[in-house]
Amino acid sequence: MNFDLAAFRAEFAFFNQQPDWVYLDNAATMHKPAAVIAAETEFYQTLNANVHRGAHQLSQQATQLFEQARDTVAAYVNACTREEIIWCSGATAALNQLAFGLMGTVLHPGDRVLISALEHHANIVPWQFHCQQFGIVLDVIPLDADQQLDQAEYQRLLALKPKVVSVAQVSNVLGHIQPVAAMVQQAKAVGAMTIIDGAQGILLQQPDVQQLDCDFYVFSGHKIYGPTGIGVLYGKRPTLELLRPLLYGGEMIQQVSFSGTTLNQLPYRLEAGTPNIAGAVGLAAALRWLQQWDQTAIAVHKQQLLQQLHRGLQQLSGIELISQLHNNAGILAFNINGEHHSDVAALLDQQQIAVRAGTHCAMPLFEALGKPGAVRMSLAGYNSPQEIDRTLVAMRQVLEILS
Amino acid sequence: MSGLTLLMTDTEQGLQQIKQQQLPVLTQTADWQSKYRILMQLGKGVPAFTTELQRDEFLIAGCDSKAWLLHEYHQPSGRHYWAFDSEARIIKGLVLLALCQLNGLTNVELSQINFPQLFALPGVQQNLSPSRQNGLHAVLKKLSQQAGLPG
Repeated sequence: MNFDLAAFRAEFAFFNQQPDWVYLDNAATMHKPAAVIAAETEFYQTLNANVHRGAHQLSQQATQLFEQARDTVAAYVNACTREEIIWCSGATAALNQLAFGLMGTVLHPGDRVLISALEHHANIVPWQFHCQQFGIVLDVIPLDADQQLDQAEYQRLLALKPKVVSVAQVSNVLGHIQPVAAMVQQAKAVGAMTIIDGAQGILLQQPDVQQLDCDFYVFSGHKIYGPTGIGVLYGKRPTLELLRPLLYGGEMIQQVSFSGTTLNQLPYRLEAGTPNIAGAVGLAAALRWLQQWDQTAIAVHKQQLLQQLHRGLQQLSGIELISQLHNNAGILAFNINGEHHSDVAALLDQQQIAVRAGTHCAMPLFEALGKPGAVRMSLAGYNSPQEIDRTLVAMRQVLEILS
Repeated sequence: MSGLTLLMTDTEQGLQQIKQQQLPVLTQTADWQSKYRILMQLGKGVPAFTTELQRDEFLIAGCDSKAWLLHEYHQPSGRHYWAFDSEARIIKGLVLLALCQLNGLTNVELSQINFPQLFALPGVQQNLSPSRQNGLHAVLKKLSQQAGLPG
């Protein structure tokens, strides 16, 4: 097993441009390799044209590139057909489309939707508002003592026969990996439709949506080395067909007239407006680039970094680690006893260690944890052992200033 | 000072000390570690708020961390007094730095103060994150309102 970290880092111009920074905010967004930036640049410089209904060669070529990007994603997640890949602006847009799209088609007054206590706001708030409007009951799987989803409670809530179960593959705060494969099977056993929020999970492992057998899987490009403003909503063809489109307008129609408008086929029916063509091209380039590397080797490297960081933090006095090391995708949430997380982050920022502090778009999770917030360090394959060492030195400095 | 609550009187004493001792040191200190260390210790010089005082009506909206600002106008002397507490030590330190220059001033004296400059501490202010800057801005706005000044 061979992972050339130096060669991997060399793919990222960011490290040359910002050599003084240690970037530990990867759960927020990731850096882009040269291949991704080149793909977007090349599109704009050579093939820039609008897609789908152009009359000229340039448009046809742009369309080809765009649809090839769709095929790349379909292959990456092992979708059955290309029509099952819907482009959107990210996981948040995808989840909004799902919450809206299922109302009145799959979900009717009195039906139940099941989410969890560790979800990101994107997988909570759309449900709250649409469920309230449509008279749908929203249930929440609580946490257990280890800050994982309480599986016993999950069983109890499944017995209430929810129509939809929507859960995150990986907690964006804690890094804890949920047993979504098993959870999908259990949900299917009670006839529920399943949604997996893969915003963090997409980086953890290449999904096989057929094996997972989930109805929907969503992710954002910028959290897997791709550009911002592009994401994917995967859905099984029959269930995608059921969705009410959230956005209406160009591209998603067949015929428009004031006496009646008909809608387009999938996937276009759920892709109103000019898409983020360059973003789609960039995301496909990211996936193709990533597949050139040994995924297992990267995962092993990341786990080593995680262990190094965890061990180092444990050795410092006054640190309260919230994340568990076991079954962790590469994120550590913690606090310094008696200190506010914003102070810790500010002192790390002074030493050019980039972390995030606060509630990380997961206020209900922090309510369940009984904490006002936390500092979060999230790792990527391009982080190095030297960076972890520097981080630990910086943390000692932080403790010293706070004492 | 009669007519002022104990909290305000004790806070005023603490702020006087900050103005005379720590403020001059801070403006001269070069390295960020010492600056932040002094800044974060400033809160110890003033009384902490009891849970009674940490009321929603005193909360400043727009802060990443919780912050409470109390104001009293001492009628006989025509002077303004404040007390402040925050969950975050950097915010607390920065606001106390501002308050030590405002506390006990009359309306006329306050109208001559350059409010935005109060938070300016070289090497600190420009490195504040956007959410922290928002929080300070909210405190500033509240202070101006309470001092009876425009904007």
